[in-house]
Amino acid sequence: MDFLNALALITNYILLPGFTYGSQLALGALGVTLIYAVLRFSNFAHGELMSFGAMICILFTWLGQSYGVNFGVLPTALIFLPIAIGFTTLYCFFIEKFVFAYYRRKKSDPIIFLIASIGVMFFTAGLIRFIIGPSDQNFNDGVRFIFNVREFKAFTGLDEGFGLKTSQAITILTTIILCSILFVFLNKTRTGKSMRAFSDNEDLALLSGIDPNKVVLLTWVIAGGLATFAGVLYGLDKIYKPFIFLQMLLPIFSAAIVGGVGNPIGAVVGGYVIALSELFVTFAYRKVLAYLLPESMEPAGMMQFLSTDYKFAVSFIILVIVLIVRPTGIFRGKTI
Amino acid sequence: MNDVVRRSLVFSTFAVAIVFIGFLQSWNVALGIFNLCLISATMALGVNIQLGYAGIFNAGVMGFAALGGLSAVIISYKPVSETISLGGLGILICILILLLGSVLGVIVYKSNLSQAYKKILFPLIIIFVLLLLNLIGAPAVERIEAFEPAASGFLGGFGLPIILSWIVGGVIAGLVAYLIGKITLGLRSDYLAIATLGIAEVIIYILKNEDWLTRGVKNVNGLPRPVPYEIDLQESTWFIELCQNFGFPLVETSSIVVKLSYCFLFSIVVLTLFILSEVALKSPWGRMMRAIRDNEISARAMGKNVKARHLEIFILGSAIIGLAGAMLTTLEGQFTPTTYQPLRFTFTVWVMVIIGGTGNNYGSLIGGFLVWFLWVEAEPLGLYLVELITSPLSETNLLRIQLITNAAHMRYMMMGLLLLLVLRFAPKGIFPEGR
Repeated sequence: MDFLNALALITNYILLPGFTYGSQLALGALGVTLIYAVLRFSNFAHGELMSFGAMICILFTWLGQSYGVNFGVLPTALIFLPIAIGFTTLYCFFIEKFVFAYYRRKKSDPIIFLIASIGVMFFTAGLIRFIIGPSDQNFNDGVRFIFNVREFKAFTGLDEGFGLKTSQAITILTTIILCSILFVFLNKTRTGKSMRAFSDNEDLALLSGIDPNKVVLLTWVIAGGLATFAGVLYGLDKIYKPFIFLQMLLPIFSAAIVGGVGNPIGAVVGGYVIALSELFVTFAYRKVLAYLLPESMEPAGMMQFLSTDYKFAVSFIILVIVLIVRPTGIFRGKTI
Repeated sequence: MNDVVRRSLVFSTFAVAIVFIGFLQSWNVALGIFNLCLISATMALGVNIQLGYAGIFNAGVMGFAALGGLSAVIISYKPVSETISLGGLGILICILILLLGSVLGVIVYKSNLSQAYKKILFPLIIIFVLLLLNLIGAPAVERIEAFEPAASGFLGGFGLPIILSWIVGGVIAGLVAYLIGKITLGLRSDYLAIATLGIAEVIIYILKNEDWLTRGVKNVNGLPRPVPYEIDLQESTWFIELCQNFGFPLVETSSIVVKLSYCFLFSIVVLTLFILSEVALKSPWGRMMRAIRDNEISARAMGKNVKARHLEIFILGSAIIGLAGAMLTTLEGQFTPTTYQPLRFTFTVWVMVIIGGTGNNYGSLIGGFLVWFLWVEAEPLGLYLVELITSPLSETNLLRIQLITNAAHMRYMMMGLLLLLVLRFAPKGIFPEGR
């Protein structure tokens, strides 16, 4: 019984939030890694793309709500996700055409692309704050919990319990579905294979008749779509804050690099590794240990490795360790 | 000759802009902007040394600037004797433990033990040090932070003149840069950017959360100034007489005099740094750096120690950024960790260097001046533009109100556009690097 109580505690405070946050990071890191593998640069604007997608979705949700549209128990925002993806993809095409296409034609150094992406980041950040303003927006309607802690306790008779938020369930399920679709697409379809070929060896791909423009645009579609999903799911789960996305850039990049840059499986695994370790390291284990240990050994302190304030620092420390010990990441990266 | 004409043209355009602001808004505003322009130029000079001379992408500018700010607090704030007697000893012991731990770590690292032993010993040392720090540090920190948390709750500083902190800020930033550089400089350019971005965030988190050192988000206010206070000037007889003789308004003149004295101090720093950087750039050392940047492999073949040179330049540039950070905190008179944001510090400074012309010190100067000027003036300019565009709409139109309240954020868009346009159409910047 004590063991189950401890497990319920850990599920409530680490596993569920960890897998939710990990899914959001994984979706972001997938976009970063795809752009790195196919377009060959680190896209610093990716956080802002997520923010942009979420913003469009919020605007349409407001519009829809004013006409009385709702999605029953699920958040209304999900109805407008496809429209948001459409707009974000268009925006990606726009920046591709006016910014990155030129440097691709000139075969510029990746670092020039990186600087250009910082320009895009600035511009997008300004655009978002200009349109929706810098303040927080809560747009999650629908039912908040599938079951909450109290119902769980009543159902199982345990002293501790966990609640499952609707947004958590949606996030984790969506991520599983999206990743499966993406992997089938990359490994089984002709277009997906041409993308992998392009990422593996650009010249050889050109020789075998793959249209580079098509591959580039397709990459933007996927990256923009994933970014929108990540942004909206993050906003639904927590809250939409325009400036949080620049902070999320670091864990996203860490996830991509820890998994192995350019490797989609790595990006997903990296996302979960980063998110779970952030929570594992900053969780106070006092109550858990109280259940697991005999009464005489009950700990006095909080039993916390690091204060929760340093959550974001954890992703960075993992990044540095990986960069030093195994620079290619868990799954050897570079190509998809 | 062409160069000289171009330079004097651009710099005099900037001077005209400042004078224009002086007449249009007020001289107080103009001098305020110019002082921050000087600080921006200092930061830009530091980043230019890294980015321009050696091609090192340091995305941790914010962190080093914040370290400079921290040093301003530590040097100038008067010591809080109560907290020192409460927990000073504990903190001192903690610092000693950290030092001993690092020395032990280095000894183990340099020793000829086998890899397997090292892999066990390193985590052991780290865990042991962390444990000791928790045991001794935590109670001390608790005692310090519990002491009058609304007014104090931190150790204070040494109570020395704040000018000293400019040097100390540079030294602290340089030391931290040495540690960071040792770890990250072997990385490829974009990994380096990401790693330094992360380190800067960690530094800011530490400054925000270690209340015993910096009061965290409660900020440190009322740092002493290196220049006289307005109120003292207004009360001193010689100043009142001076104002009466020339017919200047007393209050405004006093604040202009204060700003001018800051301006004088900052100008000395900027000029010295500028001359030193120019000399360094033209020296054999500068030529070697550019050779390494342009072709690392052949430079290595010529017997240059690329890694050591990169570390050297990373430390130098970061020290200058630290100095600029200390200057900034001195000017503001307060230390607010929450104001350190990558868009404002790191990336804006990059924009300054790139727009001015990477690798050209004149470029960094003018880039720092112009970009800061635009950053400040974007707000009134953006507001004016938005009001112009939305003027057909009624005063109470929701869209109009929304756009006007958000107009201040036009500055981000403008920075982005500026960077993209310069990168595309004039990738060498206003002053291209000389051969």
